[in-house]
Amino acid sequence: MSSPDTVRTRGSGIPPVLLVPAALAAAFLLLPLVGLLVRTPWSDLGTHLSEPAVLEALRLSLVSAVLATAVCLVLGVPLAWVLARAEVPGRRLLRALITLPLVLPPVVGGVALLMLLGRRGLVGQHLYDWFGISLPFTTTAVVIAEAFVAMPFLVIAVEGALRGADRRYEDAAATLGAGRWLTFRRVTLPLVAPGVSAGAVLCFARALGEFGATITFAGSFPGVTRTMPLAVYLALETDPEAAIVLALVLLLVSVVVLVSLRGRWVSGASS
Amino acid sequence: MTVHPGAGSRPGARRATSGEGDLAAYLWVDREGFRLDVDLLVPGGEVVALLGPNGAGKTTVLRVLAGLLRLTQGSVTLGGRVLDDPASGTFVPAERRDVGMVFQDYLLFPHLSALDNVAFGLRARGAGRAEARATATTWLERVGVSEHAGARPGRLSGGQAQRVALARALATDPRLLLLDEPLAALDASTRLAVRGDLARHLRAFGGSALMVTHDPLDAMVVADRIVVLEGGRVVQDGSPAEVARAPRTEYVARLVGLNLHHGRGVGEVVRLEAGGELHVADPLEGKVLVAYPPTSVTLHRHHPEGSARNVWQGTVAGLEQHAHTVRAQVTSASRPSVLADVTPAAVAELDLRIGAPVWLSFKATDTHVYPG
Amino acid sequence: MAHDPTHSQTGRRLALVSVGILTLGMTACSGDDAVSAPTTAEAGGRATGDIVVFAAASLTDTFTGLAGDFEAEHPGTRIVLNFAGSSALAQQIVGGAPVDVLAAASPVTMARVTDAGLAAGEPSVLARNRLEIAVPAGNPAGVTGLEDLADEDLTIALCAEEVPCGAASVRVFEAAGLTPAADTFEQDVRAALTKVTLGEVDAALVYRTDVRAAGGAVEGLDLPESGEGVTDYPLVLLADAPNPAGAQAFVDYVLGEPGREALGAAGFELP
Repeated sequence: MSSPDTVRTRGSGIPPVLLVPAALAAAFLLLPLVGLLVRTPWSDLGTHLSEPAVLEALRLSLVSAVLATAVCLVLGVPLAWVLARAEVPGRRLLRALITLPLVLPPVVGGVALLMLLGRRGLVGQHLYDWFGISLPFTTTAVVIAEAFVAMPFLVIAVEGALRGADRRYEDAAATLGAGRWLTFRRVTLPLVAPGVSAGAVLCFARALGEFGATITFAGSFPGVTRTMPLAVYLALETDPEAAIVLALVLLLVSVVVLVSLRGRWVSGASS
Repeated sequence: MTVHPGAGSRPGARRATSGEGDLAAYLWVDREGFRLDVDLLVPGGEVVALLGPNGAGKTTVLRVLAGLLRLTQGSVTLGGRVLDDPASGTFVPAERRDVGMVFQDYLLFPHLSALDNVAFGLRARGAGRAEARATATTWLERVGVSEHAGARPGRLSGGQAQRVALARALATDPRLLLLDEPLAALDASTRLAVRGDLARHLRAFGGSALMVTHDPLDAMVVADRIVVLEGGRVVQDGSPAEVARAPRTEYVARLVGLNLHHGRGVGEVVRLEAGGELHVADPLEGKVLVAYPPTSVTLHRHHPEGSARNVWQGTVAGLEQHAHTVRAQVTSASRPSVLADVTPAAVAELDLRIGAPVWLSFKATDTHVYPG
Repeated sequence: MAHDPTHSQTGRRLALVSVGILTLGMTACSGDDAVSAPTTAEAGGRATGDIVVFAAASLTDTFTGLAGDFEAEHPGTRIVLNFAGSSALAQQIVGGAPVDVLAAASPVTMARVTDAGLAAGEPSVLARNRLEIAVPAGNPAGVTGLEDLADEDLTIALCAEEVPCGAASVRVFEAAGLTPAADTFEQDVRAALTKVTLGEVDAALVYRTDVRAAGGAVEGLDLPESGEGVTDYPLVLLADAPNPAGAQAFVDYVLGEPGREALGAAGFELP
């Protein structure tokens, strides 16, 4: 089918019934940010930003969020595939359980991670006794905590995309001689790439902003486990202005990353 | 080598032996209240058209042969290799069969260029990128779309996409080529051109080819043999000429544009099941089918005089314009329904309207009688 | 509620303002406006109506008990308690929350309220809290004193120096001439205590009251150097108190015998 030239569709305006709630929603989400910007101590920005702790926290946040997203992709996409395609018993229950981290208060999630992977945890104690590995208070723990809270976003997004994918393409690939793994890699995944990247973006955003599970499971140590959200929260105790500056930095970085990601991956794969 | 129309034939009761490169399929599939019982033999090099109305089971046959669906009973053998045999537990999955398939919607991978689409099968079977692309380029030239090699499927026209799909299926040099309504998605003028090309490619193709279609013209032009499937069973199997001349069911008759009546030959006449007697040129005894073209039927306002022996009165039940002909359907209380082709002028002259009374006649010499 | 807008340094809040406003909303809804005759308080005068008390988290158990006893002795009163980190409480008050009494966990936090001119009179010292070393039950790492908290090989949790407990810890280490080897600087003392309870750390510096509150899960080791690790808990009646009579009565109550008894039992030191 040849691509159509741009044609004026009828009524390209937004129906008023939708416009009002949409505007309210946008205001609801954006005005607090405006409040933040208005209260920023612009004159002192330089002093706050030059503190090494700020860059340290930022670097740590970005690195751990990227790693957490990678973990979520590697583990979450296969899980999404199983949920969408495999005929395993108890699939519905599994799907419901997957969304638990969304419902759980993050601090509770952190406690749960301690129960499992802490020094005295179910698995953690063996890691410690046999290998001398102790996960809490390490950057690894930050990645684990962030991946834990962010993975449901990825799994849900990818599962949805897989469900909506046309399975006949996989039939076509099979008749051409592609085995299941090859079909998954070169046909299914590319077809669901927009869904996967949307999920990854959500996952990254959630990981970047994670606080409760991180501080509970990984603790808070500058450069090792004190991510930006932790630094912001701590700054609130004594120096709220510094906190605003930190929050602003985090916001700015997030916006830049998210905008560039969405632009490149989501629209590119859907053509 | 003959193929026996399904009609309850069971697997195991195999008749003709299949030779090298042949497809021998005895298909018995039970699915959600639908039953498929088909014996199919496609010798190497032959193009068979699978005709039938919607729901007849044509696509099921293709999917079984492709390995996308499993048999309930029966077997599929290709070139001596058993692909599916529930009795012995053998099942070769689609990706390991030597089968190529052209799908109804082409299903070209939207994220790959036409060239990479064609190269896909080759790469899946282990060819290197350069080698696969070279072969793919050759194929694209052969089907005449090489200037669109770099385009994504979304930017191809229907005819171009169809050719790419064909090239993609043929590029891996399969033993059996399956085509699922390959021309259905095209508009009439494109279909004309592509049909001819398709016939040419299939003739050049060395393996067996099975094409599903509901367009009799596709079958006539492209196929060496036509197999008609109705309700999960084979009702007719023969060359296009045979099928066109001696259809065995209403559906086939409609398809090839003939009137068809069932009856019993008694002496010089045929007693029709739907009522009345027909005078025929070559009488046969026993259960028979009588076929004659609508063009041999003349319509009259009054009882006609003349040599035509088959005459009766009926009512005009339908009028349809086909190019420069009008096809009238004449029904009658005690006679079968008949299609007659007349000119628009005749329609005007005879004042033919729905419900108008009319006499029809056709000659015995225009009829073709054959065992039913 | 009027507050001095020139104190922009400490006067601007962000996310916690919403918490403050929520609290404001809740107390406003629950209390039918405790404007039950803000008559001048007479010594030992009858207190009625709602009394809003903001108290540091470490006072949770003690103040809850005292509130119950106070309500029993003064029928017709209702103590509305809000426990949080005292820094958060101070910010809410400065942000305009209508509060009668504030009990903070450090003079520094209290200063924010008094500097904003929101206190009615000078704060009194309610109690003192002393730092102790907390170890998991059984003292698995064999911690004996402060030197162990400077041991790199042990897993140690301290409070972040931005919170009162952490500030006190810093003084203690300085006085002892040691450099702490912490693996995490927790946001609040209860978080540090949780790490000890769960056995995730070998030791932490927390308050004596916290060790008591944790019961058998945690053991406490006295700090000889703890002279520096004593924090005063100031208490003050607020200038814009909605219920000054009730507020004064409660202040007298907790500063008097009933309060001292309860605080002493919990492990606080009394002035």
